[in-house]
Amino acid sequence: MAISGAPGTTPPGIMTSSAWAVVVALIAGAFLFIAIAANAQDAPMAVHAWIFVAAFLAGVMAIGNRHMNAMQGGALADDGTGYADGVVKAGAIATLFWGVTGFLVGVVIALQLAFPVLNFDTDFLNFGRLRPLHTSAVIFAFGGNALIATSFYVVQRTSRARLAGDIAPWFVFWGYQLFIVIAATGYLMGVTQSKEYAEPEWYADIWLTIVWVVYLLVFLATLARRKEPHIYVANWFYLAFIVTIAMLHIGNNLAIPETLTSSKSYALFPGVQDALIQWWYGHNAVGFFLTAGFLGMMYYFVPKRAERPVYSYRLSIVHFWSLIFIYIWAGPHHLHFTALPDWAQTLGMTFSIMLWMPSWGGMINGLMTLSGAWDKLRTDPVIRMLVVSVAFYGMSTFEGPVMSIKAVNSLSHYTDWTVGHVHSGALGWVGFISFGAIYCLIPWLWKRERLYSLALVSWHFWIATLGIVLYITAMWVSGILQGLMWRAYDAQGFLEYSFAETVAAMHPFYVIRALGGLLFLAGALIMVYNCWMTIKGRYRESEPLSVPAPARAMPQPAE
Amino acid sequence: MFKKFSHEKIEKNSILLLILTLITVAIGGLVEIVPTFLIKSTIEDVKGVRPYSPLELAGRNIYIREGCYNCHSQMIRSLRSEVERYGHYSLAAESKYDHPFQWGSKRTGPDLARVGGKYSDEWHRLHMADPRAVVPESVMPGYPFLERRPLDYRNIESGLRALARAGVPYDDEHIANARADLEAQATPDADIDGLMQRYPKAQARDFDGNPKMISELDALIAYLQMLGTLVDFSAYENADFRQ
Repeated sequence: MAISGAPGTTPPGIMTSSAWAVVVALIAGAFLFIAIAANAQDAPMAVHAWIFVAAFLAGVMAIGNRHMNAMQGGALADDGTGYADGVVKAGAIATLFWGVTGFLVGVVIALQLAFPVLNFDTDFLNFGRLRPLHTSAVIFAFGGNALIATSFYVVQRTSRARLAGDIAPWFVFWGYQLFIVIAATGYLMGVTQSKEYAEPEWYADIWLTIVWVVYLLVFLATLARRKEPHIYVANWFYLAFIVTIAMLHIGNNLAIPETLTSSKSYALFPGVQDALIQWWYGHNAVGFFLTAGFLGMMYYFVPKRAERPVYSYRLSIVHFWSLIFIYIWAGPHHLHFTALPDWAQTLGMTFSIMLWMPSWGGMINGLMTLSGAWDKLRTDPVIRMLVVSVAFYGMSTFEGPVMSIKAVNSLSHYTDWTVGHVHSGALGWVGFISFGAIYCLIPWLWKRERLYSLALVSWHFWIATLGIVLYITAMWVSGILQGLMWRAYDAQGFLEYSFAETVAAMHPFYVIRALGGLLFLAGALIMVYNCWMTIKGRYRESEPLSVPAPARAMPQPAE
Repeated sequence: MFKKFSHEKIEKNSILLLILTLITVAIGGLVEIVPTFLIKSTIEDVKGVRPYSPLELAGRNIYIREGCYNCHSQMIRSLRSEVERYGHYSLAAESKYDHPFQWGSKRTGPDLARVGGKYSDEWHRLHMADPRAVVPESVMPGYPFLERRPLDYRNIESGLRALARAGVPYDDEHIANARADLEAQATPDADIDGLMQRYPKAQARDFDGNPKMISELDALIAYLQMLGTLVDFSAYENADFRQ
């Protein structure tokens, strides 16, 4: 295989000086956290310090184990000359695992809103602690693993180069899982900064920063050893996602810890500035984590699966630069009519409306790539999933600018309409593009002819789509209804409804929403089964292999 | 000029692509965020806003810990229906000592920016123990454990010190008296002269109905009862707040 970065390098697992440096750093880290655990000011900090110690020591053992295997040599599946796909496989499995976990917690909290008795009067299972667990699990655990896995796969193929580093990609993968575990267990114990989608406390943030910098370095170093002169468009988006998330993460998480052995910190900036920085971060977590990263995914998997080139090279240049420039300005639309200065609100609204165009540039480029291959929508449910995800992207990036208009926002803000909007993007766009990419990757990575069953992909597609439709229509109705009830006046000029009456009116829609979420979860479970059977090497027998006839053994006529 | 430009240079050089991307994404944030630190009228000039008393701060930390911000905003928008439902629209000055801010983004429950004084302590006690006992339509989780748990305020001085580093005007006297102030505010008939001088308008009493113990519920109710009560709006006209 003609890829670069392989010849002359040490085989994977053999201890080099940099590998020894990693081992030393992990052991030093373990001692640091033992010291923190011994002096911990609160129980969550002690628990977390011990988790760090265990993870670091497990890392040392894993590196040692890998070295021993490499020394015994010979029978290694990965000899260091091909693509490094082990970490991509791990990422694909982690994506499925965290996806199901995040969707499940989503269903639980949806049911808690419909039936509050399900909070069970406890601290660690109440809605307030589970809601960040849900959002972080789906955005960062499910979405983040999908992005790391696909970016590692795509950058190798489009650069014709092996992933840079031997331990580094694995450090990114396991370091990221460690961050997820720290964040998730923290939420359950009440450890939170209360900044939405940036809830993990200061020490988890520092850890993620280290992991993220290594991620950026692995990605850049792989690009640097590419054999293709051009950097493929998918990699522009992945790179923009990685570097911008680093900027946002550091900016929004500046905080002063109570003490260095306490899990509690106080945000560096106050009130209005803190709010603006939070939504600069929050909206661009959407823009760069959930959009730019997944557009990178779209730019590889849609053309690959459709076997068609990207529709327009020029459009991809124009919409890339305009998208990343304009997105950053849009944050203040989360703060309309608040104590944020008017000029900032107006800027946020103006750029949010402008954002419609580059967003649809991406949608058009994705959809039109299907030109000449539209028939595959009928025959390949994986393509159907990818295409519908791009359609959902188009829909939610139209809805977003509409909701950013101050007059609309005065009604929609603080209501379920926002929740519905987020979920049409999250379930429809992010969910479906990730499912499509994983459905592509599983047979490719495990060298299977095809998935276990395309019929099950179809079932997944329709059940999940039905779930999304139930979810977002329920939230449209409940959101607009609640917004209208809050501002309704009676004939005497008094507010017509008490707040409690508007809560009671939400109940049927909360039940429908929970049902929609349950369907989406059911679809994901079907996917896990399908992928599991594919990895095991099984094919569902009633289905023909989807390869051209000559490629497989045909019954021969008798001679 | 445009004929000479070719995107090829950028897409053949990963470091150039990285740098140009970073510049492109930095601009919007800089233009929007930096002026809010520099333009003085961003924070209105009003009297009465003060840093949280130690007990209120401890209560605020419980509010954050339990994720109350997920369902309750603390930001009354300048819309007629909101002002009539919740009170005067929120000023930036009212959260100028808030690290982090608690404006929220969703109202599954009502706004709490001015909930202080709207309900009795007794109402809050019943409501926290079983929300549906006082509001049958409520979907709020119950928090009966708060009144059973003694408040952990071992680190209250470190908390004030961290906030002072972030710019909140707590001085050495505030920090030295943090523990005493916290205890005085939650204990009936305690000497509160120092507390009231350091934290004007602070409300001192036993909040949770159990004078024997300073519970987490004491701190939380003390926080809720002071929300939105610091600024005397009868002393101002709307024009005073124009930015």
